[in-house]
Amino acid sequence: MTVHSFQEHFDAKIDSEVMIEPRDWMPDDYRKTLIRQISQHAHSEIVGMLPEGNWITRAPSLRRKAVLLAKVQDEGGHGLYLYSAAETLGITRDEMYDQLHTGKAKYSSIFNYPTLTWADMGAIGWLVDGAAIMNQVPLCRTSYGPYARAMVRVCKEESFHQRQGFEIMMVLANGTEVQKKMAQDALNRWWWPSIMMFGPSDADSPHTAQSMRWRIKRFTNDELRQKFIDVTVEQAKLIGLTVPDPDLKWNEERGHYDFGPINWDEFWNVVKGNGPCNKERLEARKKAWEDGAWVRDAAMAHAQKRKARQENKAVKAA
Amino acid sequence: MNQLINKNLYGDYGDKEQASGTSGMHNTAGEWPLWEVFIRSKAGLDHKHAGSLHAADAQMAIENARDVYTRRMEGVSIWVVESKYIHASDPFEAASMYEPANDKVYRHPTFYDLPDELKHM
Repeated sequence: MTVHSFQEHFDAKIDSEVMIEPRDWMPDDYRKTLIRQISQHAHSEIVGMLPEGNWITRAPSLRRKAVLLAKVQDEGGHGLYLYSAAETLGITRDEMYDQLHTGKAKYSSIFNYPTLTWADMGAIGWLVDGAAIMNQVPLCRTSYGPYARAMVRVCKEESFHQRQGFEIMMVLANGTEVQKKMAQDALNRWWWPSIMMFGPSDADSPHTAQSMRWRIKRFTNDELRQKFIDVTVEQAKLIGLTVPDPDLKWNEERGHYDFGPINWDEFWNVVKGNGPCNKERLEARKKAWEDGAWVRDAAMAHAQKRKARQENKAVKAA
Repeated sequence: MNQLINKNLYGDYGDKEQASGTSGMHNTAGEWPLWEVFIRSKAGLDHKHAGSLHAADAQMAIENARDVYTRRMEGVSIWVVESKYIHASDPFEAASMYEPANDKVYRHPTFYDLPDELKHM
């Protein structure tokens, strides 16, 4: 077979919705795109633990504490599923960590915003996880097998993340004046960054067309963003909170909400590392990695020692 | 044919030696070994591949697998095997590998056209 026929075989599989598996031939750019997307996704899960981890000790009740702990643990798990999926493409775990720690790889910009009050835990679960789910559900059918399988597991677990967040907002919105204000303030701060989570608009998204062709992506950024706005605006109404967009208006003709202009300068600024918490997040990750080095080494040394001891015993017994 | 393929193959299916052997680009020396995890979801069912993870040894791999893959009671039993010990069939030989089964539809019960009146068969 020539490269050409490998390509034809690959295209035919994609067109007939046959999944691509690790050992199958795939174009280099398909592999690279997947490594970039999956590792970025994994980094987002791992860095995403930081803004919430901050609130575990300050959660207002034991129930909230247990729930938040479970959510953060899930996020660690999701990062691990995704790192494993990326590894099947020929990149090592250490290479990915290195790319994160040196700033070569990106993670979702949303985690570069600070979590100022308890209501932010509600807003993150409801909006950030809500937006993530909107993105992730179609990825359960993405064309690369290990990624799709990881996403099925992630999506199954993620639903409670959004529901617990909405519940926090609901309780606050039905609480005292101060609590209601806190909920509204969190919505005000998290709304636009959540909308930006879907990435640049289709016109400025250079990878979208190719990713759609490869069936890595199933919907464009703008399609998913619109879908998210349509469902979330209704949810906000349900608990009496106001979405901070004066241009928000139901458009009968389109069957969608019209919304105001997105501040893309802010988006690119945060992507480029100038968000409120970029430096802090990266430093926390690097510190965790460096401080954990002795644990990794000790575990390896212990495993080797134990193995040697067992081998010794076997020799003596024989 | 093999020269055309960049065999950066690693994880999920084993044959790790092949991966590091041909490309030589990836230094995994400092990493904990990679393990494949198989989980029996309840007694009576087979262990099924759940995913992979890194761990220093088998015991740690099982403990990590519990935390990574069974947070919601997805399992009653876990198997782990170091990925490098898994050998996989070659997808490039799939056509010839599975060819013998292609023309043997008579192995399926639906191949036999029997009268509708026939019961209990």
